[in-house]
Amino acid sequence: MEKKEKNDETEMSEEKNGVIIRVTGPVIEAEGMAGSRMYESVRVGIDGLIGEIIILEGDRATIQVYEETVGVTPGEPVVRTFLPLSVELGPGLVGTMYDGIQRPLQEILKKTGDMIERGSSAPALDRTKRYMFYPLTKAGDMVREGDRIGCVRESVSVNHYILVPPGVTGTLQSIAKKGEYVITDTIAVLDTGNEKKNLTMIQRWPVRDPRPVLERLDPIEPLMTGQRIIDTLFPLARGGTAAIPGPFGSGKTVVQQQLAKWVNADIIVYIGCGERGNEMADVLEQFPTLKDPRTGHSLSSRMVLIANTSNMPVAAREASVYTGITIAEYYRDMGYHVALMADSTSRWAEAMREISGRLEEMPGEEGYPAYLSSRLADFYERAGRVSLIGSGGHEGSISVIGAVSPPGGDFSEPVTQNTLRIVKVFWALDADLAYQRHFPAINWLMSYSLYSKTAGIWWEEHIGPDFIRMKQEMMEILQRENELEEIIRLVGPETLPESDRLLLLKAEIIRESYLMQYAFDEYDTFTGPEKQYRMLKAIFKFFEQAEHAIDTGIQVSELRGLPLIESFARMGTSSPEEEETLFNSIERNSETIRNMRAGL
Amino acid sequence: MTDLKFRTYTGVSKVVGPLMVLDGVEGIGYGEIAEITLPGGEVRIGQVLETTTTRAMVQVFRGTRDLDTELTQVRFRGEPMKISLSSDMLGRTFDGSARPIDGGGPVIPECIRDIYGAPVNPSAREHPRDSIQTGISSIDGMNTLVRGQKLPIFSGAGLPHNLLASQIARQAKVTGQAEKFAVVFAAMGITYEESAFFIREFEESGALERAVLFLNLADDPAIERTITPRLALTTAEFLAFDKGMHVLVVLTDITNYCEALREIAAAREEVPGRRGYPGYIYTDLASLFERAGRIRGREGSITQIPILTMPDDDITHPVPDLTGYITEGQIVLSRDLHMKGIYPPVDVLPCLSRLMQGGIGTGRTRADHAEVKNQLYSAYAKGIRLKSLVAVMGEEGLTTLDKLYIRFCERFENDFIRQASYEDRSFDDTLNLAWNLLSLLPMSELKRISTEFISKYYRGEEKA
Repeated sequence: MEKKEKNDETEMSEEKNGVIIRVTGPVIEAEGMAGSRMYESVRVGIDGLIGEIIILEGDRATIQVYEETVGVTPGEPVVRTFLPLSVELGPGLVGTMYDGIQRPLQEILKKTGDMIERGSSAPALDRTKRYMFYPLTKAGDMVREGDRIGCVRESVSVNHYILVPPGVTGTLQSIAKKGEYVITDTIAVLDTGNEKKNLTMIQRWPVRDPRPVLERLDPIEPLMTGQRIIDTLFPLARGGTAAIPGPFGSGKTVVQQQLAKWVNADIIVYIGCGERGNEMADVLEQFPTLKDPRTGHSLSSRMVLIANTSNMPVAAREASVYTGITIAEYYRDMGYHVALMADSTSRWAEAMREISGRLEEMPGEEGYPAYLSSRLADFYERAGRVSLIGSGGHEGSISVIGAVSPPGGDFSEPVTQNTLRIVKVFWALDADLAYQRHFPAINWLMSYSLYSKTAGIWWEEHIGPDFIRMKQEMMEILQRENELEEIIRLVGPETLPESDRLLLLKAEIIRESYLMQYAFDEYDTFTGPEKQYRMLKAIFKFFEQAEHAIDTGIQVSELRGLPLIESFARMGTSSPEEEETLFNSIERNSETIRNMRAGL
Repeated sequence: MTDLKFRTYTGVSKVVGPLMVLDGVEGIGYGEIAEITLPGGEVRIGQVLETTTTRAMVQVFRGTRDLDTELTQVRFRGEPMKISLSSDMLGRTFDGSARPIDGGGPVIPECIRDIYGAPVNPSAREHPRDSIQTGISSIDGMNTLVRGQKLPIFSGAGLPHNLLASQIARQAKVTGQAEKFAVVFAAMGITYEESAFFIREFEESGALERAVLFLNLADDPAIERTITPRLALTTAEFLAFDKGMHVLVVLTDITNYCEALREIAAAREEVPGRRGYPGYIYTDLASLFERAGRIRGREGSITQIPILTMPDDDITHPVPDLTGYITEGQIVLSRDLHMKGIYPPVDVLPCLSRLMQGGIGTGRTRADHAEVKNQLYSAYAKGIRLKSLVAVMGEEGLTTLDKLYIRFCERFENDFIRQASYEDRSFDDTLNLAWNLLSLLPMSELKRISTEFISKYYRGEEKA
């Protein structure tokens, strides 16, 4: 790892320094920077603020600074690091909260107190913690990039594989024995033919470069989220990409947090990009106490949190999504299924716009830089299901869920539109639904998923045979309801035939009992696929019987009066113990509709 | 280096709008403060917006009127804008640059702080959970305010947002606790009358001696508005986190603040974003609003109530829009309700309190609170929808149930939302009132409430 060896700051000599000549907000210019590279990381001013080169012209460099620049003065030095902006990868990522440039916030808190002072720094990974290392290879083995040479127990939920870094292949001269080591200890010596390489448990990787993979595969398996409208109607696949745009107050953050809590991925990377500090505090307090239904351990034992709140420096916000996706790729390379939530990608785009404005670049649409769409594409393209480099033919995936915050809730704005060109799933949040407190406020008429078909096949194979039929019927009912409402608005409800009235009743049951889901209820917060299927069956059982009843002359208003109708709304909130009784009683009561007599 | 920073220069090379440019300077830091002495002897304060090896661009807070290019003297202080702080500031009134205007002497500082502060480490924050009883049903019942929250009032020209804000400031309490509280009030470009109203309200309720006022009125320089809220928030942080007080910060009017930012951006010929506002307005507003909150292990808290007027009542205008994306919810006032004579004219449907969930329920307000709120929302939304239907085609097509919803909707506005400006309802009062209204509907309609609470509180006919 040539990059790593140059990391040592003591190597840098005075004559490699530049001098600041201009400061304007988070952007500075320096001269005497000849020889520096694009996107090289630098230290700015006497406080050593972290920055990154974004324009080079002759010996002048324009640098975006990841910290507040008040007080920085022309004439102060700029020190080169010879490294691109990189993250440290190794055991200790899980359970840690970082800022946008991977500074560990809990450590910074211990060092500098409640406020983040400028120039604060701490190593991203704990150098003192000892991990139990289990070798998976032996001396003399040929290993190549991506191979698992050993494993440590990173947390109760995560086995962290120590991988041969990308670009390295050779014969193992030695490998550490099973035992406790800190991450900087040499755990293996590799003979690459040209040199002997000491491998530790740490790797560095430049955040703007995707980590290599062998081959990209099509996502086929649905990513279960326990959210009924998502899993049933607009599923996401493992390795897929989704966008949730919505105006403020439509519940983006709650949906993102619900997904983080319940999604069936091995590792969760949650990026709070330009969002609220109190929300991050909530995540920090709440997630460690949440029992993960799959492992039985706390959710934070398999989660990496990146918090660059809206008041933290804007350039670090720009970097935060790259930091997050690089960490996600690292776990993917171990063969895990990773889910990454970015809340919100609009703040990221705005950070790009802000920097671009400071550079006086020619603006594209609404002041966003012309490269907005390519940056968004680059980011989402790092998601996917892949077969991994390294032997063993392992597979891993990254699913990306990006929240979008369109100004005024207007989906025609550039960030939403450019995102939609890339992602395969679109969950459109709707202010009107939110006003009625219909949550999740995902609009069923506007949203779509291109994974519907593959997910449907999975459901039929694994859960139940008539899933696709019920789902399609459900969508048709909802579509038809929308048309009927148009008619009602024009001519009033009294002209509707009984069959249409029944349809309205059906749609109401679907909306209020199935699509609506209460995130803060102990049981409703998560509905597994089996229960979703059971709920669908119960609902459709009633639909069938109700159709028969209408055919025999029973009025829809009579059906509405049945106590049965009320019990649909209690399906989601019922506990596993109550569930069976409730479903049975719904089905039994549906049967009795058949025996109702008109007018009785 | 420090010597250089205290250098004084005579003459400026360019003055445009609120900005002036100096050439031939050296070692000027970004963001540092400049003291500008006008030919007539008046001293104004400015701040460096951009600096190069030989040139500095300075924004002048009290305007560039009467500046000349030859005789104007500029002294750079070598440090960013700071404020002297002391607990003796309680009960005092300052102008928009923190100079006393109440006839009292200068503040004897206990400490001096940078007005831009530093961001709170997210891992130092404590998630706010203590609900504040404002005594206003539409807020307490539907959008509970929590200590450490930032909850703006989205208003329009001519709506009674000031009356509402002063009622909140007067009545706000955390039940069962008598703790040190303070009010910090920052006026940005509001009229003399509006500011006099607040001062009178504070005086009458006895809150004035617990209040610190920063007033930049409509006829004060617009550029000064960019520092007024920061002075106020730095004071609030001092009172909250050094002195352990629960501080309520009222910032009014955020729209004026944003216009001042736009003015500076235009003078700098920056690339404009939406409606001419600069692209960094989200970040800038966040640097104000994110200064609300609680810090683990410290006693005090900062709760913010920013007020903004939506131009043309348009909630998608950049100022309310960006504010809504930063703050933890919003209280939206409605012209319709105001026209109907309903005070406070809170349009509950677009309102939201994101921190409500953690602040209500057993041991905080009442166990049924969350479910009652959801049911009220759903029933009111349905009532409103039916009313718009009636407006088109009359009442004939409505079922009995529909009519009940419409009746609910009207009673909700008249009994629940409407209250007197001195009426202080407890959480219990508010929730009981809610049950009175919900009892107008048949029990089977209360789908969002569990049977346990229905049997405890429902008083409708069906139960009998």
